[in-house]
Amino acid sequence: MLQYNNENDNNVLRSVDWFTVFLYAILVIAGAVSIYAATYDFENSSMFDLSEFSGKQFLWIGLSFLIGFSLLLIDRRLYEAYAYPIYGVMILLLILTVFIAPDIKGSRSWIVLGPVSLQPAEFAKTATALALARLFGTYGFSLKGWRNYAIAIAVILLPVACILMEKETGSALVFMSLFFVLYREGRSGFVLFAALCAVVYVVVVLKFAAATLMGIPLGMFIVFVLIMALVVGMLLVYCRSLILGRNVAIGYIASALLAVVLHFVGVDINGYVFFFTVLGVSVVYLLIGMLHDDMKKVGMTIAFACASVVLMFLVNYGFNNILQPHQQVRIKVTLGIEEDLRGAGYNVNQSKIAIGSGGVLGKGFLNGTQTKLKYVPEQHTDFIFCTIGEEEGFVGSAAVLLLFLVLILRVIAIAERQHTTFGRVYAYCVASILIFHLSINIGMVIGLCPVIGIPLPFFSYGGSSLWGFTFLLFILLRIDASRKEYGVW
Amino acid sequence: MRKDYNLEKRKFVIGGFIVVIVVIYIVRLFNLQVMDSAYKENADSNAFLKKTIYPSRGLIYDRNDSLVVFNQPAYDLVMIPKDVQPFDTTDFCNTLQISREVFDKRMADMKDRRKNINYSAYTQQIFMNHLSAQDYGRIQEKLYRFPGFFIVQRILRQYKYNAAANILGDIREVNKRDIENDEYYRPGDYTGDLGVEKSYETYLRGVKGNEILIRDALGKIKGHYNDGADDVAPVAGSDIRLSIDINLQEYGERLMQNKIGAIVAIEPSTGEILALVSSPSYDPSLLIGRERGKNYRMLVNDKRKPLFDRAIMAAYPPGSTFKPTQGLIFMQEGIITSATTYPCHRGYTWGRLHVGCHGHGSPLPLKPALQTSCNAYFCYGLKYMIDSKSRYGTPDKAFEVWKNHMVSMGYGYKLGVDLPGESRGFIPNSQYYDKAYGKGHWSANTIISDAIGQGEILATPLQIANLSATIANRGFFYTPHVVRSVAGKGPLKEFKQKRVTSINSAYYNEIVEGMRMAVTGGTCRIANIAGLDVCGKTGTAQNPHGRDHSVFMGFAPMNNPKIAVCVYVENAGFGATYGVPIGSLIIEKYLNGEISAGRKGIEARMMSASTMGGVIVRKSAAKKTEGGTGAGTDGGAASGAQRDLSTEITTKKNDATVQ
Repeated sequence: MLQYNNENDNNVLRSVDWFTVFLYAILVIAGAVSIYAATYDFENSSMFDLSEFSGKQFLWIGLSFLIGFSLLLIDRRLYEAYAYPIYGVMILLLILTVFIAPDIKGSRSWIVLGPVSLQPAEFAKTATALALARLFGTYGFSLKGWRNYAIAIAVILLPVACILMEKETGSALVFMSLFFVLYREGRSGFVLFAALCAVVYVVVVLKFAAATLMGIPLGMFIVFVLIMALVVGMLLVYCRSLILGRNVAIGYIASALLAVVLHFVGVDINGYVFFFTVLGVSVVYLLIGMLHDDMKKVGMTIAFACASVVLMFLVNYGFNNILQPHQQVRIKVTLGIEEDLRGAGYNVNQSKIAIGSGGVLGKGFLNGTQTKLKYVPEQHTDFIFCTIGEEEGFVGSAAVLLLFLVLILRVIAIAERQHTTFGRVYAYCVASILIFHLSINIGMVIGLCPVIGIPLPFFSYGGSSLWGFTFLLFILLRIDASRKEYGVW
Repeated sequence: MRKDYNLEKRKFVIGGFIVVIVVIYIVRLFNLQVMDSAYKENADSNAFLKKTIYPSRGLIYDRNDSLVVFNQPAYDLVMIPKDVQPFDTTDFCNTLQISREVFDKRMADMKDRRKNINYSAYTQQIFMNHLSAQDYGRIQEKLYRFPGFFIVQRILRQYKYNAAANILGDIREVNKRDIENDEYYRPGDYTGDLGVEKSYETYLRGVKGNEILIRDALGKIKGHYNDGADDVAPVAGSDIRLSIDINLQEYGERLMQNKIGAIVAIEPSTGEILALVSSPSYDPSLLIGRERGKNYRMLVNDKRKPLFDRAIMAAYPPGSTFKPTQGLIFMQEGIITSATTYPCHRGYTWGRLHVGCHGHGSPLPLKPALQTSCNAYFCYGLKYMIDSKSRYGTPDKAFEVWKNHMVSMGYGYKLGVDLPGESRGFIPNSQYYDKAYGKGHWSANTIISDAIGQGEILATPLQIANLSATIANRGFFYTPHVVRSVAGKGPLKEFKQKRVTSINSAYYNEIVEGMRMAVTGGTCRIANIAGLDVCGKTGTAQNPHGRDHSVFMGFAPMNNPKIAVCVYVENAGFGATYGVPIGSLIIEKYLNGEISAGRKGIEARMMSASTMGGVIVRKSAAKKTEGGTGAGTDGGAASGAQRDLSTEITTKKNDATVQ
């Protein structure tokens, strides 16, 4: 017996995940208050003054609650049914934006409608999540074939291409987070793992290029150690080969101890000689060992180790010998390796000073000075976290991070309790997008990530961003509210 | 609904990932906020003050290395509102010699975010700009009594000559659009507004430097961060050398006083513009300092449009100065040879169509036709060319050939002069006539006035002068330009490109001889200066708005020419009345350095003459001319469109393309 004919508003409101709504409300209100603090001047009259950023943000928040409530009243099946049309319209809108948007600092991503400016890229996230969920929810869809995999990737990359045309690199990168969803839905995590390793290698090799250890650059030393650790890890976790993993680990540790001992008796081994010998011996051992074990998986591990070493040398060589000095500087600055106090590094340095000056408990609401000196541009948008760090201190900023963590874990939990693929995939899209925004935005502000201009969800000033995330979250809540209907299917 | 429990475990990987990230971030925050006290100390010392150091703007010299534009320091009184403590306002007002009301109004304006969008109590705000040296001296002494106030040094332009305002242009404070379009600018910066100040802005402005200073909590500067290692010294702007001869320019402006029009003089061998006079002109010094806004509005509202550079922006009918181009095209196309004669019985008559001419011998070959400026000759030429079915098939195709020759001679498109706002003039194409008359419904006689530079034809004085230079060169030209050297490295590369016309060089000699005959025994006899071998062509351009325009185009000497000129005087009658005398004086002044005693009378007459008495100043319906200066203004009172209004000749045809 299908129940959804009896469904009414009450029913929906009763089964909505109020915990998530509660988290959402805390985050957006904390955001508006932070915006007020970030743009506070002596003359400022009221937090709710509509001529101030915070006043406007409260207006956007009010509208967001309306939007959120309306989204809950719409039949959940409509989201699934209209997923493709919404996606199509969104793509057209993104393309249209390229042509009609005015050029604002080199980016053409804002549609100006009288006093209001909207950034369609913020809404494209929701549309893409719906389309992806609809695709996976199609009867008989499986990620196993290359064809389906290609379609899924195309769904993700189409808006990326459009947004890149608008020159909004940051927003375009957000869509890359949807590869998490492909992983959850069955694609091998090996690709994600390899990509993550590659990024780490590049950053570590470049970041620690200056110092040397055992006669080789510190960056390469660290990567060698990392590779060794990863090989052991892969043998234990991926190959499930306790014996091989244990033996290799013992070998590595023994070699390391030997090198340390030799160092103290006055014999210094060259790093390249040491690592090539140790890694080489372990690879030979594994080549023999794979015959008695899972040949394919151990083979992959060996290939991984070799590819890692090759990549590391390529990065080192390419960076020092192929790139021009000014390109090297540009990359170093982008990666936050070189402090560039005149350019982008200036902002990050200011932002770190602001956060660092907050101390344990912060300077108190409206008492921050660093963020108000307007040294950090975009402090009410992309750098809003600065204000929290300065005024609310470690306690406040850690609390905000934990709130986001709880929200994301909650969304993952919601995802896993869905009975439909559509619901689950959509929920994972939401989780992935939040993960990406949180990691990059906070990472940028505290100087751990390159500066990529994307907002902090619910906090950063701006109607487009706030509404974009409101759409994203409340559609999820609406879909989730109907999960019980499917219990009887 | 099947559920893959194997895959469900992956939630731990994704959830674990974000948990690890958050843990790393919290550890990092702990480090920054709790463990590391360096940041706290940095912040307690109120961190850095990034101060911009403005480079000096490039100087402007004329072709003989006379300094024309230079810099003078000016002083802005600025304040950081947060740092201002109660002070004696009476003393303050007296020192600056302003009234209490002015003081209050300035404070209110500064804090009004509608007027000062960048207002913040924490950043530097301009209280009063362009203090005089005296005011600066007085306030500097007492500044310690007014904490929060300080002086910022800026640069003002100074002009050595009351001339060439249309070429030099001026500088103004950047507006919102400048800041959006160019990363270089910050509020309060200056940028070139008109003339070479605008077109060579990127060379003149240099590169800003900055110093990073450490400031304590009281706002006192503690010194340079990192001992100045991160400071960047400014790079001064490049000097530019004009091709203008400032004395000739001044002389030209004196000749044109009380007249409306333009003079353009070009060195044919290089395309360098020697003088570019637009009249009425104005004193460039009007557009500097605190009075700039007021003076600017005055110039914009002046009905004679002094800001409209007629030499390059006005599109006029070229009149008979157009005839040499026709002779060249007809010879190139084989319609005529130098021996071909056409009859002229007081004009050109074909059926009921009649184009008048004045009395002279008949029939005439090309050279005497140029000498006497015979209308009929060129009408016949155009008639036989456009209606030649055997050569071209249809008038459409013939006209396209004709138009392409015109374009190769620099007509119909912007020449590409290095000044903002150049007009492209107008040369119709066959689609234009197809649209006006219907395809196949027009022929040579429909458009016969094109042959004598009337009808739809429009050209800028610059284009006419360039034609003169092209004839002087016997068939090529360099894009006319007013800057002969940037930073001592010669002109920009586009001005070194030789542009050869589609006409055989040999035909130019015929035209040159015809133009020489016009001077020795034709319409331009006043220009017959002994020893200079002037060649010339008059024009008397009819226009629908009043008296004919007086035009002259010429060059000298005949062989190895040094100067080519065009003179265009609005509503001044025959070409010989004003155009020829003024043009010949310019040539003589440039080549001989002075006016011979016998011609002093002409000089005096030209300088004192006024042609503005009967002029009705019309507001043209023309919209913004194509390539308009698009000027944003600091006062906000002038719109680009207003500035681009043509006075007499509308340029509304510009939207029809010549292609």
